[in-house]
Amino acid sequence: MTEALVAPAPVGDIVLSLTGVTKRFGAVQALSDVHLDVRAGEVVALVGDNGAGKSTLVKVISGVYTPDEGSITFAGRQITVGGPSEAQALGIATVFQDLALCDNLDVVANLFLGQEKTSGPFIDEVAMEKESWRLLRTLSAKIPSVRIPIASLSGGQRQTVAIARSLVGSPKIVMLDEPTAALGVAQTAEVLNLIERLRETGLGVILISHNMADVQAVADRIVVLRLGKNAAEFKVEDATTAELVAAITGASDNVVAARASRGPTPTTDGGHHG
Amino acid sequence: MADQKTMTEASDPTASVAADLADERLIRTQGAAGYARLFVNRLKSGELGSLPVVVGLVVISLAFYSAEPKFLSSYSIVSITQFAAPIGVIALGIVLVLLLGEIDLSVGSVSGFASAVMAVLLVNKGQSIVVAILAALAVGLAIGAVYAVLYTKLGVPSFVFSLAGLLGFQGALLFVLGTQGTINIPSQSGLLQFARRSFVPDTVSYILVVAIVALYAATQVWGVRRRTAAELSSPPLALTAVKALLMLVGLLALTYYVNIDRGWSYLWVFFVVLVVLMDLALRRTTWGRHVFAVGGNEEAARRSGIKVDRVYFSVFALTSTLAALGGVLAVGLQTSVSQASGTTDTNLTAIAAAVIGGTSLFGGRGSAYSAMLGILVLQAIQSGLNLINVDSSVRFMVTGAVLLLAVAIDSVSRRARASSGRG
Repeated sequence: MTEALVAPAPVGDIVLSLTGVTKRFGAVQALSDVHLDVRAGEVVALVGDNGAGKSTLVKVISGVYTPDEGSITFAGRQITVGGPSEAQALGIATVFQDLALCDNLDVVANLFLGQEKTSGPFIDEVAMEKESWRLLRTLSAKIPSVRIPIASLSGGQRQTVAIARSLVGSPKIVMLDEPTAALGVAQTAEVLNLIERLRETGLGVILISHNMADVQAVADRIVVLRLGKNAAEFKVEDATTAELVAAITGASDNVVAARASRGPTPTTDGGHHG
Repeated sequence: MADQKTMTEASDPTASVAADLADERLIRTQGAAGYARLFVNRLKSGELGSLPVVVGLVVISLAFYSAEPKFLSSYSIVSITQFAAPIGVIALGIVLVLLLGEIDLSVGSVSGFASAVMAVLLVNKGQSIVVAILAALAVGLAIGAVYAVLYTKLGVPSFVFSLAGLLGFQGALLFVLGTQGTINIPSQSGLLQFARRSFVPDTVSYILVVAIVALYAATQVWGVRRRTAAELSSPPLALTAVKALLMLVGLLALTYYVNIDRGWSYLWVFFVVLVVLMDLALRRTTWGRHVFAVGGNEEAARRSGIKVDRVYFSVFALTSTLAALGGVLAVGLQTSVSQASGTTDTNLTAIAAAVIGGTSLFGGRGSAYSAMLGILVLQAIQSGLNLINVDSSVRFMVTGAVLLLAVAIDSVSRRARASSGRG
């Protein structure tokens, strides 16, 4: 099921590429001319203030919305994503912010929900349970038992299950929407470890987060959206928190910030990269 | 019972820990005492299963037995099971809609209307019994399909459209019967023979019991083998052996007892087979898994790529079809269709049976067996009160109280589950 974990794609190839993506809701321009590239084995953080268009972009990629303009290229082919299940079939997995797990089902059932293994007319519980343990071990995840209902797991463990579930069906891209939003310190660290493990297995990871510390800890590149446009792009080693915040809030666009960034001697370079 | 440890060593020479038991936080289950503790812990955390209804059934039986010993006679048990079957079939459909967290209030009316269609085709139009029954089932299927469209396409709440159906199909029943009022089914009809006068012969019944237990034991052992092969833990074989033995002894004793009278009715056997098949479909097929998922968290199910609308369609269609089937069987048992068919308390008895049996009203939790256990409780109450000559007014009050008790148990156990993290 998860060949991607066995044979990772060569690191560096562009897996997902968005160009000129535009999305309007009535009179509101939610996204205008947004571009985004994600390579295999790379964590791209997507940051931005509330209303910057992060969620809209995620929904465009996961097939919930169709873009008004622009094109999406996935694994070298131009695609249109018709819906969440189509995105999943293509190899684009999304871990939603509100987890989307069924509390009344156990871990195994949740991991394989919608993609159950069957033998004949029946669900193959043994094969699914075995594969569950393999998946969870790949992620070094700490789940005591896969036969307990999701309701009895902690927030971090639920997030682990949600991330592990995105790996069923060997995706090439995993999108994580605010994966650490409701987690404690230790649990956040665990999830960040998981994200690094996803990268090590050669997946392209899109991480949406408000938390600059998390982003700077795991991301390779940081793409900043502001008011539905690409505002800036940083390599993580180049970005300081102050620069990031400035790009997110647009503080670097105003006159004062521009003067401050020029410093005592005027330069031709703008306030930020990209 | 053999100790868990020796079992593991016997089945796994390397004695390494199974993949699913590797986590150190897991509490190991060892020996008979361990399994007993596991059982008690599950009860405490609100995972009651069918225990309350089984206890209820025993209490009710003892109470009526002490008032009137004939209640537990062989004749009485045969009758209770036989007369429980038709509404039990309807309750089985109710279990399905309840699993989705929806309701169908119209099952009684649908059962009456469908059986009237059957009777008219059979008696007035001279069609064969097979054609008539198929037509009745088709009526049920069509009604369920309309419900599904109303729910998924127009977003009408199930409470509302099934309430409309409750009234509408009661009218349809009167319309189909016309001025006739009552249609009697000819007594030589196969349906009547099957529902009223067919009982499993003694020898066949014993062979069936042994075959069922053997099948149960075989599938259990096969399951343990597969899990061991996949390096997963499994319950000790001794536990399976004890369960199978208890099942064999219990079923043989019960069968012997009902064989003193007429033996198990084929109608009851038919219902039980239906329940077992439904249980398999719910627990072991993708469809059943998706029903539970939609009932538990519809949005999560949709995002997992489950075709939620199809699940709703299949469930509403099955519920109405089972209601029609229940109506047909009820006619076979009562020998006629009248203007009162499926009207009086069929609806609420069927819904109450599913809930009393332990299927949650809140969706995502329940089992096919709850239809069987629930309808046995209600039928036992009815027969018992009839035996001790109590007015039907009391029967309604008692049934209401039992229903209230069942829902209260459901709510309390739900709260216990929430506080102990079992969802």
